[in-house]
Amino acid sequence: MVRRLSRAPLEAAAAGADQPRTGRRHPLAAFAVMCVGLVACGLGYAAVAPSQDAQASTEASLAVEEGRELFQVGCSSCHGLNGEGGQAGQTIAGPPLIGVGAAAVDFQVGTGRMPLAQQAAQAPDKPVVYNDAEIDQLAAYVASLGPGPAIPTEEQYAYTDGDAAEGGELFRTNCASCHNFAGQGGALTDAKYAPPIVDTDPKYIVEAMLTGPQSMPVFSDSTLTVEDKQAVINYIKTLEASPDTGGAGIGRIGPVSEGLWGWILGMGSLVGVAVWIGAKSR
Amino acid sequence: MNGTVDGPLDPRTGRPGDDEAYARGGPLDFDQRPNDSVAQRPLDDPGLPAHEHRRADIDPSAERRAERQVSGLFGLSALATIAFVVAYFAIDADDEIVGVGAQNAALGLTLGVALFCIGAAAIHWAKKLMPDVELVQERHPMRSPPEERAAVVEVFNAGAAGSGFGRRTMIRNTMLGSLGLLGLPAVVILADLGPLPGSAPSETMWKAGERVVSDVTMRPLRAADIPVGTLINAMPAGFEQLEHEGPARINSRATDPVIVVRMAPAEIRSQQGDNWDYSGILCFSKICTHIGCPINLYERRTHHLLCPCHQSTFDLADAARVIFGPAARHLPQLPLDVDDEGYLIARAGFQEAVGPSFWERGT
Repeated sequence: MVRRLSRAPLEAAAAGADQPRTGRRHPLAAFAVMCVGLVACGLGYAAVAPSQDAQASTEASLAVEEGRELFQVGCSSCHGLNGEGGQAGQTIAGPPLIGVGAAAVDFQVGTGRMPLAQQAAQAPDKPVVYNDAEIDQLAAYVASLGPGPAIPTEEQYAYTDGDAAEGGELFRTNCASCHNFAGQGGALTDAKYAPPIVDTDPKYIVEAMLTGPQSMPVFSDSTLTVEDKQAVINYIKTLEASPDTGGAGIGRIGPVSEGLWGWILGMGSLVGVAVWIGAKSR
Repeated sequence: MNGTVDGPLDPRTGRPGDDEAYARGGPLDFDQRPNDSVAQRPLDDPGLPAHEHRRADIDPSAERRAERQVSGLFGLSALATIAFVVAYFAIDADDEIVGVGAQNAALGLTLGVALFCIGAAAIHWAKKLMPDVELVQERHPMRSPPEERAAVVEVFNAGAAGSGFGRRTMIRNTMLGSLGLLGLPAVVILADLGPLPGSAPSETMWKAGERVVSDVTMRPLRAADIPVGTLINAMPAGFEQLEHEGPARINSRATDPVIVVRMAPAEIRSQQGDNWDYSGILCFSKICTHIGCPINLYERRTHHLLCPCHQSTFDLADAARVIFGPAARHLPQLPLDVDDEGYLIARAGFQEAVGPSFWERGT
């Protein structure tokens, strides 16, 4: 449109040069031309101007700006002033956050893992420090540093659509070696551990799979599709709902292991009683 | 507590015996058999230590206290039994206490206390109030008397003579022959356990051009779709064509699983062959070289792969070297490439046998 507008006067001039003059110009002609030009310019501007987007992008850049301020106060001591990561002596104080995406921030801050209470092998989940709006601002800022996984939408973790049977198979193949076949979590090396994933918000399960927090590998949507993830979550939720009868569940470790515990405790107390029976009375 | 016996009982009469005989520690010669097997004892039997009276034996108030404790335990048992009956009727079957069925917990607890207290009272009674003098009951000798031994030999010889085992040689020889031949079926059956497996344990389905597919979903993997940090449990594409629940499929499940990980190429310190990765995508056998557990406990940041069975740890960034645990060899690496469509394929099969050691493997 702009191009057409800019070419129009040239074409008009060319046409005028070919035709002979037919009398005097109307006194208001110049004014009329001016009006037409102004209207055309206005319409043209309105057509190309990003009116709605402009407002949205202003809001987004505001969120990024507020997130940046929050980041510099709360996160930059470990992750660097611009999220480039930081060193504490020989060890890494905080990994670089460029390209980790909004999902990583929403997971780490939304579950209370970040900010860290102290440098340790594992960042445990704990009471959340930031409110939802602040987490969104932080996520917007970190997402602006480089492309990464976005916060999943509700459709992405609508797990009730998932096939729990296939989810169980996927879970036992991909997740159970660390998180235990019943999602109860388990030990890793050097005091690290895989946390239990029962009673976890489906959004955080998806975010963990997308971003691979701490020791966990990444299970992106290209290798484990959205449907696969829904199936896995549905399996976890089915596990949660299944009854765990017979006294203390001790992590659903199974009848043999439970029996072993019963045997050890039972035999232990029997040995204690036997010692009492055999002890000399005074 | 007075008037109890002070010495050991005579094993023959059950009456208090001669203390001196026991204190002497000499051989027990009540069957009058000459003791020629045991030489003279190098040390005298020190006998039993002096008897120490218990508090309840000498202090009447302690005795009364012990009596109260015993009857208190019996009384507690009675209360627990009544509580059992009350709990059975009073507690609703659906009630819960700390995640456990309240009625079950109450019934088990009360009955347990009732039974335990009866036993504890009996033991306490015996330990505190019943006679506590040391009683010795000698066991009778192991060796049978000579006349019994002679009688047994006589019966055996009479039986052997009656059967004619030494005299009827045809019966004896055919019997020994038939019994000896019974070993033959066992030899024939065991021989049929073969043939030896040959090279089968060293072979897998992986060969040049075999596509790597994601386990369970069996989707091929595009190299471009795999972000750094990814872990994929994978199988050869040919696995899906194998007969369902057939032996080939089961064997494939045992030998062919692999894990695919992607790390930044700069993080890879060494590999088992030159450029066996594809842009940082590495593929290793999933079967532990210790005793064959499938491993996929992968720590993304350290690149350590930990076997949950015996904690063998492999460093995938360093040619899957064993850095901890009982495994003796690295996990075999599968050289990777991509096909025309960009999907991951094996550039060649495994260059060594996967999984644990076996006889024919040699190492």
